[in-house]
Amino acid sequence: MGQIQLSKVTKKFGDLTVIPPLDLQIEDGEFVVFVGPSGCGKSTLLRLIAGLEDVSGGQVLIDGQDATMVPPARRGLAMVFQSYALYPHMSVRKNIAFPLRMAKMDQAEQDRRVTQAAEVLNLTDYLERRPGQLSGGQRQRVAIGRAIVREPQAFLFDEPLSNLDAALRVGMRLEISELHKRLATTMIYVTHDQVEAMTMADKIVVLQAGRIEQVGSPLELYRTPRNTFVAGFIGSPKMNLLSGAQAEKHGAHTIGIRPEHLLISTESGEWEGTVGVSEHLGSDTFFHVNCPGFADPLTVRASGEMDLKYKSRVFLTPDPAHLHRFDAQGLRVE
Amino acid sequence: MARAVTPRRKLINTLVAWAIGLLIFFPILWIIVLSFKSEGDAIRTPIKVLTSAWTLDSYAVVQERSDYFKHFSNSVILAVGSTLLGVIVAVPAAWSMAFVPSDRTRGILMWMLSTKMLPAVGVLYPIYLLFIQLGILDTRIGLVMVLMLINLPIIVWMLYTYFREIPGEILEAARMDGASLREEVMYVLTPMAVPGIASTVLLNVILAWNEAFWTLNLTAAKAAPLTAFIASYSSPEGLFYAKLSAASVMAIAPILIMGWFSQKQLVRGLTFGAVK
Amino acid sequence: MATQHSRSAARVMMAPAVILLLGWMLVPLTMTLYFSFKKYLPLRGGDLGWVGFENYVRFVSSSSFWPAIWTTLIIVGGVLAITVVLGILLAILLDQPMWGQGIVRILVIAPFFVMPTVSGLVWKNMFMDANNGFLAHLWRAFGAEPVQWLSQASLPSIVMIVSWQWLPFATLILLTAIQSLDSEQIEAAEMDGARKFSRFRFIVLPHLARAITVVVLIQTIFLLGIFAEIFVTTGGAFGTKTLTYLIFQRVLESQNVGLGSAGGVYAIILANIIAVFLMRIVGKNLDA
Repeated sequence: MGQIQLSKVTKKFGDLTVIPPLDLQIEDGEFVVFVGPSGCGKSTLLRLIAGLEDVSGGQVLIDGQDATMVPPARRGLAMVFQSYALYPHMSVRKNIAFPLRMAKMDQAEQDRRVTQAAEVLNLTDYLERRPGQLSGGQRQRVAIGRAIVREPQAFLFDEPLSNLDAALRVGMRLEISELHKRLATTMIYVTHDQVEAMTMADKIVVLQAGRIEQVGSPLELYRTPRNTFVAGFIGSPKMNLLSGAQAEKHGAHTIGIRPEHLLISTESGEWEGTVGVSEHLGSDTFFHVNCPGFADPLTVRASGEMDLKYKSRVFLTPDPAHLHRFDAQGLRVE
Repeated sequence: MARAVTPRRKLINTLVAWAIGLLIFFPILWIIVLSFKSEGDAIRTPIKVLTSAWTLDSYAVVQERSDYFKHFSNSVILAVGSTLLGVIVAVPAAWSMAFVPSDRTRGILMWMLSTKMLPAVGVLYPIYLLFIQLGILDTRIGLVMVLMLINLPIIVWMLYTYFREIPGEILEAARMDGASLREEVMYVLTPMAVPGIASTVLLNVILAWNEAFWTLNLTAAKAAPLTAFIASYSSPEGLFYAKLSAASVMAIAPILIMGWFSQKQLVRGLTFGAVK
Repeated sequence: MATQHSRSAARVMMAPAVILLLGWMLVPLTMTLYFSFKKYLPLRGGDLGWVGFENYVRFVSSSSFWPAIWTTLIIVGGVLAITVVLGILLAILLDQPMWGQGIVRILVIAPFFVMPTVSGLVWKNMFMDANNGFLAHLWRAFGAEPVQWLSQASLPSIVMIVSWQWLPFATLILLTAIQSLDSEQIEAAEMDGARKFSRFRFIVLPHLARAITVVVLIQTIFLLGIFAEIFVTTGGAFGTKTLTYLIFQRVLESQNVGLGSAGGVYAIILANIIAVFLMRIVGKNLDA
């Protein structure tokens, strides 16, 4: 079981409130991603769950039991750190076995679990090496190995991929997702990268300044962002957010339209503008179009074949079915 | 990275640096030379000193006159004992400062260092009295305690700076992995800090070995280390160069040799961990 | 960044070191204060009763008091100035490419291993002795009259001996700091057109600030208590009596513990003034 419940949890550092009272329910077996810009309190929240920080108020319940005052070692949680936090003076084998050794597990069982974890993670050939002799991806796997041998109630990941290069990151993302499917254990994953959040999560928790902006499945957040912050944060490239005369025309303070929901044409359309920078990704092309009357250029997705010269005249038409409307407070208007 | 320099430039650097290095080292070199000369030859002009006969006589005389090995073993016990004791007390304190810093951490550290500035002479007589009261005057245990206390601030400070380089996440990982505080310090922190601890030990052994206020004033015959051994040669002014040289060489050689063998840790230690 | 649990653990683990040092500081300090208000002559009657501030007044009005303060400050200041300046030059030199760098470094460090009693005696007899000392031979070889170093130029001689002992320390710290300087910074400055001297003045020197601070802090701690070098060379004669040495003489040579203790209190006050002053400057520089 790995059900975690936060009830009115708050955290203050001195006079600074990092997390105002916050409630959150995480079900057993869920893959939950905390996402938000840096400084939004997502790592702090994870550390509160881990027990590495004391809560200033409220309760942390694990499987219905109050764990607020339980030290980290006894919460039955395993954590993978951003820096991997491997023990540099121990071999990979000793690193993975360390939590078992601390639990005074008998040697045979330790060996069995380490061997098994090494197989799962493709580390069998590296068991006698030191962390310093491994690549970033391998170190990451050792850190995960150290977490899984304990068979914890839940895994906590603190930006585990941020120290890897882009190609490895995609691979590890898949591995962690696969691991989750296989173990079916609760995982809480902190990242600032909304792509990781979208691709891995069952449930995304978007945080800003310690507050939960929205909780939901990736597609829920993508399709119906509750406010302009979530709208702008989820999705890449970002949703175009427009205010002023054009928004009022749609009866809103701000309107949002995703790049793929803008139709670009060289002949006619609702808004006229000139092409600025074009980004060719091969499969898609993104044009940044400057339209008079809009503060920022609009981002438009077009097919990869499309090619337009800098400063050429184009017309844009938003798809009315996919227009998001927000009020003056930034909240969604249906 | 560094660009190649002309061989001529490198040659000039080398010559200047070697000249200065030898100049700084010269006093030590010279007493080594004098220690192998007879008393008569040792006071002659430098050229004649160099061309005169070599002999081991002075060393034999010094050992006979003042029992070098007793002083040597006292020095070893005082230096090593006080340092190890200091490290045992300092590791937990440094752990606290490095990994659970509070508003007061810097204040406490600075206070500790400031106790080193207290002039020893200001408290000489009280300590002397206390030593008599406790019956530990001229004992090794008494001096081990004193040397431990005077070096403790430095040991704490050095360990603190080394510990701070160890990422806190690794200790947190150990905590998540179920390690108790004692296990965290013993299995994770200490092994990771071995180079830093080695440097700290090395430097403090040297400081304790060379300490010459308390060792001179709180010892007589029994617990006297090499600092006192050599001080006993200060009376005959301008005489007995060979014997004084031999005694000096015997007093500094152990540390000099140890220093050369462990140069890397020592250089690190000499910077007190404060400069990287 | 910690839990209540670890904070209370931290307090417990800090306790032994703090208690030991507190005891080491307070017990003798209290006794020194106590004695300083007494007429106390161990060999001539022992405790002869309370005398109020008499010892304090006598200690300051003694003709040796102010000279001792000056001597202390000159030695500390002189050694600091010499070791820092020469240390910087030497560190820059040792940072240059050369053959046998490791060996030169060993040669330069060596004086640090020499115990103060040895260094005092060696300099006094084998080098500064006016009859048979090495320097005397050298002076004569150039036809000059040998100098009576420790009586004619006693203070500079002591400063020189002590500087010889501490130069290795300063050099090493500064060298380590120079080597840690990001070479890209220097290259950037070069690209910006900075000349050699400007690069030193605006890049290297500020980078060394922290290292210089450490040198000054640590050396001051040790230099204020310098004792053996004077004990075995001049024995405090010829104007080389530091405050430390003056108190030492009062307590041990004239066996006047009350007077010496009053001196001790002055020394503690002086040390505190310097400590506060230093910690102010240094504290800031040490954070980083």
